[in-house]
Amino acid sequence: MLAMNYRGPLRVRASQKPMPKIEHPQDAIVRVTRSCICGSDLHLYNGAVPDTRVGMTFGHEFTGVVEEVGSEVTKIKVGDHVLVPFNIACGECVFCKQEMYGNCHESNPQATAVGGIFGYSHTAGGYNGGQAEYARVPYANVGPTVIPEGMDPDDAVLLTDVVPTGYQAAEMGGIQKGDTVVVFGAGPIGIMAAKCAWLFGAGRVIIIDQVDYRLEFARNYSQCEAYNFNEIGDPVLFLKKTTDWMGADVCIDAVGAEAAGNAMQTITGRKLLLQAGSATALHWAINSVKKGGIVSIVGVYGPTDNLVPIGNVVNKGITIRANQASVKRLLPRLIEHVQNGVLNPKALITHRIPLEEVSDAYRIFSAKLDNCIKPILISPSAGM
Amino acid sequence: MENTTKDYSHIKGWGIDADPKNDPTYPMKNRTNGEHLGYSWERPTLQSETVEILHSNERPDVTAVFGTSTPPSGLSGMIRRMAFKKTENDYGHWLPLILADRINVVEGIIEDLRSGHVPNIFAEKGMKAEWKYNRSGLLRQIAVTAIIGYGVVAFYRAKKKRDRGY
Repeated sequence: MLAMNYRGPLRVRASQKPMPKIEHPQDAIVRVTRSCICGSDLHLYNGAVPDTRVGMTFGHEFTGVVEEVGSEVTKIKVGDHVLVPFNIACGECVFCKQEMYGNCHESNPQATAVGGIFGYSHTAGGYNGGQAEYARVPYANVGPTVIPEGMDPDDAVLLTDVVPTGYQAAEMGGIQKGDTVVVFGAGPIGIMAAKCAWLFGAGRVIIIDQVDYRLEFARNYSQCEAYNFNEIGDPVLFLKKTTDWMGADVCIDAVGAEAAGNAMQTITGRKLLLQAGSATALHWAINSVKKGGIVSIVGVYGPTDNLVPIGNVVNKGITIRANQASVKRLLPRLIEHVQNGVLNPKALITHRIPLEEVSDAYRIFSAKLDNCIKPILISPSAGM
Repeated sequence: MENTTKDYSHIKGWGIDADPKNDPTYPMKNRTNGEHLGYSWERPTLQSETVEILHSNERPDVTAVFGTSTPPSGLSGMIRRMAFKKTENDYGHWLPLILADRINVVEGIIEDLRSGHVPNIFAEKGMKAEWKYNRSGLLRQIAVTAIIGYGVVAFYRAKKKRDRGY
């Protein structure tokens, strides 16, 4: 089958790989119908996540038609069109039982700090991902969810990560009615977080980035204020001024390890890998939030350390909340929001690229070429 | 949820200020405090280990299910095996893994060549897209690289001449 094949930092190609097979009685094999490239795939693409092995297939946002199921699979059947949450979760461990599906303790042998994630290095379990014609889906009784009748597959594929992660970013902000919410990062997750902040009753939503076309998109899609940090001076000072010198009630880091805007962070975090990515957005979030405010982190960082002003967290009495999104927990509510027209995820999709051109797709997304917001890959077997 | 099988009556005031609402994990965690019982759940059927699976030494064993892509091999595999002897808390775990990743890139090129495939690195880096959507930027980058390259070569040539004394 055709699959994305990682060859090293900034090098990927589409090549033939063996078909996945059932390796556990709760496995399913799906024929992938939609697969996205996520901003967090770029951390892998840039070689920033330890234990990213050559030959691996990325892709943790995908939908597919069930082709085969293992002997213990009862919740889905051959022919079902399913969306596959990015978390691989057993549903049985104490963390899954508490709906922390991103923190499963039975899906990632290589690290205890994160549950299994499709196509996200051996640090997240060593699973091949969905940027392929076919994919193995473990714990098929837990994660995969039949796409509701009438739902556009383009909406469905964004329910595997982008929508739940953006929503949970806002949820973790503990937003109260009238709160000022600042989102750092106008990528798909940041745009969705800004959109979802309104659902929790935010009074004002501001998004900060440096890419003008993305800021323009956010202004329209998320109906929020959008500012280019290259044009506002020190973003922390700007945010203090614009909140009557108080600071924002809630700050959301929707950037993670690839942040720009601070030379020291960029050099030590992204170029020299002396820290687990550049923590510029988190730094700004901590310093922009009000005393007693909340910082919500969904941006992905590597597993080692980052330079952040932790002293200010203590002195300002900040509450930090963070996690990988628990997709399965959020799906019922989010499916409702999509079906009721409250959220329109597919509007984020700007590029549909054949899987055969995956090298170009990564380049377009990574270098923000052609006004790209969200690319999806269509495999030759997608069939729809 | 309380999990108070132990008797704390000897501790004066034990629990009098407990407040179940003081829970910043809500609503992300549907708290049951099952963790207090330890590794107690009924494990799913265990997947057979058909390839070498390294596991964190912060857990007792391999998880019930795991990925089987790209098992460790070659020099990078040896380094990965050593890395997994250290905890996730230790730089001795993560830094060797990053080193192994870089060595693995060279191994990948050798593997390609051995199988008769010459990797098209420009295509793998998506240069076609860069040429299509950012031609001037790409040309600028090439020009800058060429000028720097020429400068470095010229510097060393001049140095060589000086060292020879003519």
